[in-house]
Amino acid sequence: MNIIVCVKRIPKTAEADIFIEKDNKDIKKDNLVFALNDWDGYAVREAVLLKEKFEGEVIVLTVGPDESKEVLTRCLAMGADRAIRIEEPIPNDGRLIAETLAKVIQTGPFDLILTGVQAEDDGWGQVGVALAQILGIPHASIVTHIHIEGGKAKVRRELEGGLEELLEIKLPAVLTIQTGINEPKYVSLAAILEAEDKETKEMTLEEIGFSPREPLDATIDQVSFPPTGKRAEILKGTPDEVVGQLTEIIKRKKGS
Amino acid sequence: MDFEWSNRQKQIRQAAREFAEGELVPIGKECEAKGTFPKDLLKKAAQLGFIGCFIKKEYGGLGLGLTEHAIILEEFWRAEPGLAQVLAQPAFGSDILLLYGTEEQKKNFLPPIAKGDWVMGFSITEPEAGSDAGSVATTAVKEGEEYVINGSKVMISNGTEARFLLVFCLTDPKETSKTKRHSILLVETDRPGYKADRIQGKMGLHASDTANIFFNNVRVPKENLVGTEGNGFSQLIEFLNRSRVIIAAHATGLAQGAMEQAINYVKKRKQFGRTIASFQITQFKVAEMATLVETARDLTYKACWYVDRGTPNPKLSSMAKWWASHVAVRVVDEALQLHGGYGYLDDYPIERFYRAAKLLELYEGTKEIQKLVIGRQVLGVR
Repeated sequence: MNIIVCVKRIPKTAEADIFIEKDNKDIKKDNLVFALNDWDGYAVREAVLLKEKFEGEVIVLTVGPDESKEVLTRCLAMGADRAIRIEEPIPNDGRLIAETLAKVIQTGPFDLILTGVQAEDDGWGQVGVALAQILGIPHASIVTHIHIEGGKAKVRRELEGGLEELLEIKLPAVLTIQTGINEPKYVSLAAILEAEDKETKEMTLEEIGFSPREPLDATIDQVSFPPTGKRAEILKGTPDEVVGQLTEIIKRKKGS
Repeated sequence: MDFEWSNRQKQIRQAAREFAEGELVPIGKECEAKGTFPKDLLKKAAQLGFIGCFIKKEYGGLGLGLTEHAIILEEFWRAEPGLAQVLAQPAFGSDILLLYGTEEQKKNFLPPIAKGDWVMGFSITEPEAGSDAGSVATTAVKEGEEYVINGSKVMISNGTEARFLLVFCLTDPKETSKTKRHSILLVETDRPGYKADRIQGKMGLHASDTANIFFNNVRVPKENLVGTEGNGFSQLIEFLNRSRVIIAAHATGLAQGAMEQAINYVKKRKQFGRTIASFQITQFKVAEMATLVETARDLTYKACWYVDRGTPNPKLSSMAKWWASHVAVRVVDEALQLHGGYGYLDDYPIERFYRAAKLLELYEGTKEIQKLVIGRQVLGVR
């Protein structure tokens, strides 16, 4: 079973102080730590687990600058077999990324494509779904479980309100992977050393025969912090009175 | 000149950080309180290659450099000094075996260390021979095909846990030169006459084993001599060029961790209606801490670089050891200060870091001994 996993190098922003660039088009990234997108890490691990069951090859694929090699090495250390990097600044356009990935993916056979549900930085959640559309194959998003049997994948999808959807999907297909689908594993030093001997192929857009430099669907006009909302309501009084007021508020909210 | 970490080093740092945050941090407080640690922690760390990664491949290690070993321990110390010390000790002294051991010694004793099956130690210090290692009086007398060891040593890491120890012994009491009288012997701790008492009441680092040990007619075959008889002192000095840099890495990690805790705290803590991070006095403190940590790290890895290119630099090793441990003690003091009264309570990890830090200025040669080495090297006097 040959599995392609599309990954992205992202700045870690969860615990960092965020500032916006002067041109208001992006956040300042000079002082941020970059790493493999969390969702993609789960996708790589899932691919490696599937490979352990069904054999075959796990290929990781990324679009990004030279620094993206670090996340590819990480994926190889996690158990992927080889890596491909398209040398290009990461576009801010989901469809453009998907078109670029598709150009490479179409050159070889595959059974399954995994992506993360979304990227930690822009959170668009488009690439996996757009990729399936371009390749003309089925997809399922926000996948929390995969069971492969007889050329088909039985997958569980996460829905709103704690609901789950079970569906059977014909392979080849694209699945966008939700965090928590598997148990992450520590990377060993031996695996890091082995990763250095695995192949990482680097290609330019010209080499894959794809040349649009302009975004296809979207450009970013402005990045800003959300407007500050209403001030919090401070309840006053004795503890008994406050509990009473709080209970009333909760009852009201529940009713609405 | 290039200050960029290699891709491999970045990956190793990230792997070590994830392990430290996932496995050391959650149990650090409890292990410190109980004075114990879960035995499977060492096994897990070893399986991932974190124990003695500099041990050559043919002896079960990964054949990496001192730099990579330092990166791992810096990350462990950044997260949880008490358990970092537990994971730093098992391979302590293995450099001596790599440098001077016979093929048989290396084949027999190094693979179980790298695997995490055994732990070892290197015993030098005695009640009357601390900084003055040339005065070590534990004797090893050759009788036929054996050495017979008598004496006692104090404050020995892994004294009660180790499967074997390297023991710095007096083998030629008649030799007048203090640097030619000693030899290093490998002693399996299950030999009759060996006894170890674990030390209670350490100021910090409670999870790790430190012991007073006793040799009462302990007999080892002459094949247990490591290196050359009478050459122990210069072998020890060669070892210290390496081990001191590793202590500098411990110190850099502790200082980094303490500083990060302080930064997190001052960004949240509000007084006079604003975060204390917004006060210039806090910004000055953090600026000083950050600069000090950077200097400690730079000196540490410069000293590593000398060792890894095969030309250990005693002056740089001592500079790194003195300065980084000095930085650790200063930075952790300031970091606790920024926590105010809360820093004095064990609700925050900073008090553990504070207690751990002081040892860095004491073991592997006190800061005064480091300055002695540096001064002599700089001035060219003895």
